[in-house]
Amino acid sequence: MMLLPCPWCGPRNATEFRYGGATGARPDPVSATPQQWREYLYTQTNPLGWSREGWYHRAGCRRYITVERHTGTNEVRSALDTATEDG
Amino acid sequence: MSLTTPDPTPTTTRARPGRLAPQPGEVIDRRRPVTFTWNGVTHRGFRGDTIASALAASGERVFSRSYKYHRPRGLLTADFLDPGCSVQVGDEPNVRGGHRLVEDGMVVSSQNTWPSLKFDVKAVNGLAGRFLAPGFYYKTFIKPQRLWPLYEKVLRRFVHAGEITADVSGGVPGETFDKRYAHPDVVVAGGGPAGMAAAVAAALAGSRVMLVEEEHELGGHLRWGDADDREALRDLRAQVAAEPGIEVLTNSVVSGRFDDNWLSIVQRGLPQVFERLIKARAATMIVAPGLIERPYVFEGNDLPGVMLSTAVRRLINLYAVRPGSRAVVLTANPEGDAAVEDLRRAGVEIAAVVDARAGDTVVRATGRSEVTGVELSTGARIACDLLVTAVGWTAPTSLLNMAGDRPVYRPQAARFLPDPQRMPENVLATGGIVGDGTVTELVAHATAIGREAARRAAARARAIGEAVPTRGGDAPALPNPDPTPVDVPVLAPADHPELFQGSTHGFVDFCEDVSSKDLVIAVKEGYDSIELVKRYTTVTMGPTQGKLETVNTVAIVAAATGRTMAETGTTTWRPMYAPVTLGALAGRIHEPVRYSPMQSWHERHGATPLVAGQWIRPEHYGDPAAEVRAVRTGVGIIDVTPIGKLDLRGPDVAQLLNLLYVNKWSKLGIGRVRYGVMCAEDGVVMDDGVTGRLGEDHYLMSTTSSGAATVWEWVEDWLQTAHPDWRVHVTPVTTAYASINVAGPRSRELLAGLTNVDLSADAFGYMQVRTGAVAGVDDCVLWRIGFTGELSYEIHVPASYGLHAWERLMAHGADLGVQPFGVEAQRILRLEKGHFIVGQDTDGLTRAYSGALDWAIKLDKDDFVGKPELVWQQEQGVTTQLVALQPDDRTTVPEEASQILAADGRIAGRITSSRMSPTLGRSICLGQLEPALAAPGTVVTVRLVDGRDIGATVIEGLAHVDPEGARQRV
Repeated sequence: MMLLPCPWCGPRNATEFRYGGATGARPDPVSATPQQWREYLYTQTNPLGWSREGWYHRAGCRRYITVERHTGTNEVRSALDTATEDG
Repeated sequence: MSLTTPDPTPTTTRARPGRLAPQPGEVIDRRRPVTFTWNGVTHRGFRGDTIASALAASGERVFSRSYKYHRPRGLLTADFLDPGCSVQVGDEPNVRGGHRLVEDGMVVSSQNTWPSLKFDVKAVNGLAGRFLAPGFYYKTFIKPQRLWPLYEKVLRRFVHAGEITADVSGGVPGETFDKRYAHPDVVVAGGGPAGMAAAVAAALAGSRVMLVEEEHELGGHLRWGDADDREALRDLRAQVAAEPGIEVLTNSVVSGRFDDNWLSIVQRGLPQVFERLIKARAATMIVAPGLIERPYVFEGNDLPGVMLSTAVRRLINLYAVRPGSRAVVLTANPEGDAAVEDLRRAGVEIAAVVDARAGDTVVRATGRSEVTGVELSTGARIACDLLVTAVGWTAPTSLLNMAGDRPVYRPQAARFLPDPQRMPENVLATGGIVGDGTVTELVAHATAIGREAARRAAARARAIGEAVPTRGGDAPALPNPDPTPVDVPVLAPADHPELFQGSTHGFVDFCEDVSSKDLVIAVKEGYDSIELVKRYTTVTMGPTQGKLETVNTVAIVAAATGRTMAETGTTTWRPMYAPVTLGALAGRIHEPVRYSPMQSWHERHGATPLVAGQWIRPEHYGDPAAEVRAVRTGVGIIDVTPIGKLDLRGPDVAQLLNLLYVNKWSKLGIGRVRYGVMCAEDGVVMDDGVTGRLGEDHYLMSTTSSGAATVWEWVEDWLQTAHPDWRVHVTPVTTAYASINVAGPRSRELLAGLTNVDLSADAFGYMQVRTGAVAGVDDCVLWRIGFTGELSYEIHVPASYGLHAWERLMAHGADLGVQPFGVEAQRILRLEKGHFIVGQDTDGLTRAYSGALDWAIKLDKDDFVGKPELVWQQEQGVTTQLVALQPDDRTTVPEEASQILAADGRIAGRITSSRMSPTLGRSICLGQLEPALAAPGTVVTVRLVDGRDIGATVIEGLAHVDPEGARQRV
């Protein structure tokens, strides 16, 4: 099981976290077309390579963190608190 | 050494196979004899014997029948790996007979034999068809497809495995499977001389070390060596024992290496624990499994009596067992030569020593149920009952491969070696897997590796400690490791001739019965890559997982394809390194169970428990219909502690509520509560509940019981990732309060005597919240809401007073006839009232307009979660709609999930909730239905589970009882 370097708690087992998927911007709910909205909801690029994704440290500090992870090697390049962008 | 003069005829007086006089390194305790049965016959052995050694001491030679051909099989390696002696022990199948120690009263039987080990009907596989070609089953049992189930039934009988019973607890009451989590600095996989020395060095350098050894004691090959080896072993064991930083796990195996050195370690033979799975996060792993002796491929190489040199040395030196009477030894290395000496000392007649280094070899072994003779490359034929081979070593690189290493083939050493360039920073290797040397040289290498492992572990601890901002000021000081890597001496592999196959075909995979001929045929049929050959022939796919077979397979496929071994490569090594029981993987179940503070009262009063997620709740106290009637006519109380509760504070709470709920919150006054529905971004109903405003910047939100955890994360998600600037603090208080709903026309009367809150209709109206004392307990929250449709108060009491408040309500309400009611009565009451349940009357596709929530959805809000989808759902119309239905036959309750049919027979919806209403005396339902059929008065058909159809009529609104809502507003 891989470790995720929580910016608050240090490296912790991935099972302590909930995976939130690749982070994408929420379209403007007033002007978004169904096409755009459903891309936001359902379309994931699922890259083999570097991916920016959200993780929630549910069994730890309960912070949402943004992680840059290589999906092929599980190497983590950066892990920041999503709200404060602190690492 | 050259070929000794072969003596083709055995001498007449020979020492028979059996127990020897005491040996200096033996591990059996002759003062403690044990008795066990083997296929129903009583045998004797000593404590310390394995099943295989005890049977071998009794002269047994055949231990099993092989997988495909049901050929007799005996000992090959005489250790954990031995493919020929998987046995059944009691109700436990597939026990490694070369490893498991005998115990008094053990019931052992052979597997895969029918009707008996000596006479096996299925051996006809081997006699009649000669050998089954690779892909035999694929080719033979393919047509016709309708016979597949029959084929499966027949072929099952040929499967190589024991029999399990439902309770595989090792047959000993009280034994369980266990789990443990560990965080050692250094894990050493392998407890031979190198592993022991590495562990000692790492511990001396300050690391907490786990030393894991598959066998029952530390020592590796030193255990069956000479006097010098035994002396070195004593010294190393003393060093390990003197080091408190080392935890020694014998009879244990590192079965897998996963991301970031997450190691699975299976620990066996603990008191009261059958097997324990240790999940260890190691800072550094040292791989020191030693070497595995490789079988030689030639005709008859699977006959009982054909053994590896380590097998005979183990049998003689550890178990004092004479493995045969008259032996031929094929040797290519000093260990094979040492086996000759051991055999001589054990009184085994040496008929011939065949020195492979001089170019001599064995052509074939002959015999029917065991080896009786050997034909040599010189043409000589020699009678014997034991053929020993020592033709080389395989480095078990599996754990290194799992760590991403790609071992490289070294022809001069005739084995694969780790590639130091490709080893991750947190994995090191030492001992035989790296190279060869004297014990001193092995220990010197391992000591350096152990120190380096400790250095890397300390460096990692320092890096982590420095990076964590939350590290306390009183935390212990971080280690300060030397930045310079430890200088590791070279441990070079010794030269060894490449010996894989003789001039004849023989077995490559003894577990799966795959021969060298099968591999050659597979290549000829076009399976020219090693991975394809593996899958087509199943070579290396048996319980030994390639540890004995892979290198021979590579060699034979390389020869058949005209490529080198390096070009051919190996198959992929994956976890598990060793066979692991499913019980060990399942382990103990650590699912938490939650009870409310009133649980003891419920138990004392005969509540039927209901499992609701993690919660155990009272389903009813005997008669749910009576409980319903009590609430409708008098007063009842229900324990609703599992309801999710979030304390929200801050100036931006209203803004947050406006975002998360589909309805409006900006005008909720202090002291008011409001019902709200949450949707996800896809517009699907996610949760519902009421939220009350307790103060200017203080709210209490309730959620469904099952949604409590999800909603909390959901609220945090929106706050942290979308609106970190909003000033809201969220605290989950679900279990900080015990929650009790007091419901029924006399609930005000009951509660009035127990609270300082003014309950009069004018002072405390419907959908309002108050705080005050209940039953003498301060800081309670009361809200007046009505899930049951009756006048009711939901009181939230600080949890430690929950039982007290409940008991006071019961005592105080005795003269009112207060009745405790359970979840079932509550479900009936809410169904009578037409209140839907998220997840019951909606599902994972139900958007809010299909939940009859049109009144709540405020599309004129700028934004809320899921708004665009609801805008489009409103524009396009719903596909289904929540309706209340009245079955025409009022005594029939259609099962939930019964289908609703349109006039033309189409499925037009389903029943989502249904009960017999004690209040109305008739069956009532909620359902999801196509809008075209949803108009009140429409008659539809409901197909019951038993296939009967009944009529049902859509009624106005959702409430069967009190549609005007008069009862809850009094």
